[in-house]
Amino acid sequence: MSQVLVDQETTTPLLEVKDITKEFPGVRALDGVRLKIREGEVLALLGENGAGKSTLVKILTGVYQPTSGQVFRNGRPVSYTSAQQAWADGIAAIHQETIAFSELSVTENIFMGHPITKKGGLLDWKRMNEETQALLDRLGITDFIPQTLLKDLSVAQKHLVEVAKALSHDVSILIMDEPTAALSQKEVEELFVIVRKLRDEGKGILFISHRFDDIFSIADTFVVFRDGDFAGEGRIQGVDEDDLVRMMAGRSVEKEYRSRKTEAGEPVLVVDSLCHPTEFKDISFELRRGEVLGFYGLVGSGRSELMHVIFGLNKACSGSMTLNGAPYQPGKPEDAVSNGLAYVPEDRQDCGAILPMTVGENITLASLSKITGGLRLKPEKENEFARRYASLLKLKAHSLDQIVGTLSGGNQQKVVIGKWLGVDPDVIILDEPTKGIDVGAKAMVHSFVAELVDSGMSVILVSSELPEVLGLADRIVVMREGLMCATLQTGDTNQEEVVALATGLKTKQDSSCPC
Amino acid sequence: MEQVIKSYEIPDSLPQGLLDRLRSREALLLLLLGLTVLINSLLSPYFLDIYNLADSTQNFSEKGIIVLSMALVIIGQEIDISVASIIALSGVLMGAAASFGCGTGTVVLVGLASGTLAGALNGLLVTRLDLPSIIVTIGTMSLYRGIAFIILGDRAYTSFPDGFQAIGQAYFFDDLVPSQFIVFVMLAAGVWYFLHHTVYGRRLFAIGNNPTGAKYSGIRVDNYRLGLLTLNGFMSGLAAIMLVSRIATARPNMAPGWELEIITMTILGGVSIFGGMGKMPGVILAVLLIGMVQFGMQLNNIPGVIMSIFTGALLVVSLVLPILLGKFFSGRK
Repeated sequence: MSQVLVDQETTTPLLEVKDITKEFPGVRALDGVRLKIREGEVLALLGENGAGKSTLVKILTGVYQPTSGQVFRNGRPVSYTSAQQAWADGIAAIHQETIAFSELSVTENIFMGHPITKKGGLLDWKRMNEETQALLDRLGITDFIPQTLLKDLSVAQKHLVEVAKALSHDVSILIMDEPTAALSQKEVEELFVIVRKLRDEGKGILFISHRFDDIFSIADTFVVFRDGDFAGEGRIQGVDEDDLVRMMAGRSVEKEYRSRKTEAGEPVLVVDSLCHPTEFKDISFELRRGEVLGFYGLVGSGRSELMHVIFGLNKACSGSMTLNGAPYQPGKPEDAVSNGLAYVPEDRQDCGAILPMTVGENITLASLSKITGGLRLKPEKENEFARRYASLLKLKAHSLDQIVGTLSGGNQQKVVIGKWLGVDPDVIILDEPTKGIDVGAKAMVHSFVAELVDSGMSVILVSSELPEVLGLADRIVVMREGLMCATLQTGDTNQEEVVALATGLKTKQDSSCPC
Repeated sequence: MEQVIKSYEIPDSLPQGLLDRLRSREALLLLLLGLTVLINSLLSPYFLDIYNLADSTQNFSEKGIIVLSMALVIIGQEIDISVASIIALSGVLMGAAASFGCGTGTVVLVGLASGTLAGALNGLLVTRLDLPSIIVTIGTMSLYRGIAFIILGDRAYTSFPDGFQAIGQAYFFDDLVPSQFIVFVMLAAGVWYFLHHTVYGRRLFAIGNNPTGAKYSGIRVDNYRLGLLTLNGFMSGLAAIMLVSRIATARPNMAPGWELEIITMTILGGVSIFGGMGKMPGVILAVLLIGMVQFGMQLNNIPGVIMSIFTGALLVVSLVLPILLGKFFSGRK
C-alpha cells in the first residue's frame, strides 16, 4: 500500500489547489491554502467549523470563484463558473444534506438533468433503469432497486444514490462533505466499503469529516485548515489524533478579549438535569451574575437546541430551571422575555431580524409595550428608543427607516442585539453572535459583551469559534453529541483540551434520562 | 463612504420627495378612481346623480366590511376563502332563528355568533393542527355552505322581524347614505387605527414579514392567527346581517363568488399576497374603485357574467402589477 503511494508522489495529481485565497466583503475565508488529490487516494480535509472547508468545496465545484490562486486539473489550470462545468470535468460533490427528489425513483434521481433519450426525444426508461442497476451492482448495492422511491430509503442509502449519481457522470474526483454525520456505525462501515472500492478503481476522494474514527479508518493522507489558513498535511499513518488536534486548534497568538474579574456573583440561571427526547441529555449548569459562560461544541452537539429550550421555543421532557431564584418553566418565548431572558439566535436572517422591516421597527419590536406604555404606537418615543440602542452599538445605517435587509451582516446583527438589549434582560444568550460578520463588527460585538457583563448582565455565549470562547468566557461548557463533557475554567484550560473534549478523544461520561 | 458616517447619530428618516409620494399605490388607485368616475359619467347621465351614487355604496360596502379584516388576514400571511360561505351559513341560521319567532336582537346575535364561531373554527384548525389556511378554508368553504344547504335545501327564508329589516334598509343624512356605508366607514376607521397606530398592528406586520422571526421576538404568532381568522368570521357574520336585512331573504346560495371579489379588492389595494405589506388607505380606495366600476357597469346594463370576467381579470392584474412594477412602487414604506 505504502509502495503505491510513494509511486504516486511523482505523478501529476488529479487535482491540485495552489495558494487559493477567497475573500468576501470584510472576511477572508481562505488565505493561500493548498492541497493535492491523487489517483486512488482518500484525502481527509480537517478543520474546525469556519476553517474554510466548505468554501474550498464551493470553489472546486464552481459555486465560488477564488479571489486569487489557481486550481489545476491533471496539471491543466482550470476555473469553473458553474457546478455543471465541474461535473463535466469529472468533479462531483456529495453534500451533507443531500438534495434529492423524494417522490421520484432512484433512476429518476440519478438521471435528473441528463436523461437518456430514444430517437425522437422520448425518454428511454428501460436503458436508464439498466444503467442504474449496473451502477448499483458496481457499488455492490443489493438492498434497493432502480425503481425504489427516494423517500423509502434511509439517509445512508440516499448518500449511496448520490454516489451512484456521481459515477453516472463518470467522475474521477469525488468530494464527500461530512457524509457520515447522520449515519449509524454500521452504515458508516458499509459506506466505507464503497469508498474503498472507488479508491481502488482509481478515483480521487476528498473526504471531509469531524470524526477522527472515520478519518483513521478511511483516509490515506490528510490536510488541515485553520481559520482559512493551510495548517499542515501528511500521511495518516505517520500521525495520531493529538497531532491532528494540535494542527486544528493550535494558534500562535492567544487573544484576550476582556479583563476578567475574579469575584463571581450569585447564581442567576440554574439548570438542573435538563433532558430533551432527542437533542440533549442531562444538562446541569449555573450561570452567575456578571459572568460569561461559554458553550463550545461541534455542529450537532445540541447547544442551540438547549438554548431553544431555555428560551421557551421547545420543551424539555424532564429537569428543572430556576431564574433569579424562582422556578422557571418557559412555555413560549414571551415567558422568557418577561422573566428577563433574551436570546440572539444563530440564524440572523430567518429568526433574528425581520429583514423587510426598518431598523427602528426591528429594534423596538420586543419592547413595544414597554416603550409605548399602552397599545397606541408613539413614533417619537420609539425613535428615541431605537436611536439610543443604534448609537450604543455604533450602528451604520442611513436612517432609522432603512430596511434591515439592506444592511451588512454585521449591522444586521447589531440591530438584533439592540432589540434584545432593549428589553433590559438579566440574562442574554448569544448564539454564534459573530458568525458570518466582518472583522470590525466582530471586534465590536466582543468588546460589547465585555461591557454587558461589567454592567451586571449575565451572558451565555454559544460559539464554534474557539478563540472567541476562550477570549470572552469565564467558564466553558463543552458539549458533544447532546451531552456535557466538561465544565472548564477558562484560565485552567487550553485550545487542545477543549477541541479534544468536543471531538470525543477523551472519554465522555454516560448519563441517563427518564425520557 | 466611511468618512461620511463620522458619528453614529442616525436620523429618523430620509427626506421623502413629492415624486416618491406620487409613485405610491394610493396615488395610482386615486387616479384610476378618477378615471372610472369620468368614464362612467360620460357613459351614463345617471352616474353622477348624488342619490344614485350614494345608493350604490350599499352593494360594495357589504363586501368592503370583509375586505377590511381580509386585509389584516393577508398581511399576516394567511388567507380565508370561506367568507362567502360564512355569509350563507350565518344568513340561513338567522333566517331559521327568525322563523322560530326570535326577535331582532336574537337574530342579530345569531348572525354575529355563527360568523365568529365559523371563523374561530378556521383559526383553530390552522393554529392547533398547523395546517395552511388556504387548505383549511377551501375545506370550510364547502363545509359551511353545505351545512346551509342541508338546513334549507333550495328554499329561502323570507320573513324577518321589521326591526331587523330596518338595519339594512335604513338611510341616514336626509335619506341619502345607506346604513351599510356608515358601518363600512366606521369599521374602516377602526381597522386603519388598529393596523397603523397600535402595537398589535406593528406586530402583525412583523408576523407577516417573518413569522419565525416574530416568534423569536416573543410574539405569540398563533394567537394572532387565531384572532385574525376569528375576526374575519365575525366581519362575515356582520356582512351577512347587512345583506340579509337589506334583501329580507336568506338562501344557501347567496353571496356567490364574493370571496373572489373580496380578495381582489384586498390585493388591488396594495396588500401583498405574500404577507407583511399593505396600507389601509389603499385598501379602502380599492373597495371604492371596484364599487364604482361595478356601479357603472350596472348603469350601462352590462351583464353579470361580464362583471365576473372583469373581476377575475382584475384579480390577476392586481397580482401581476406589483411584481411588474415592484421596483417602481415602494410598497409599505
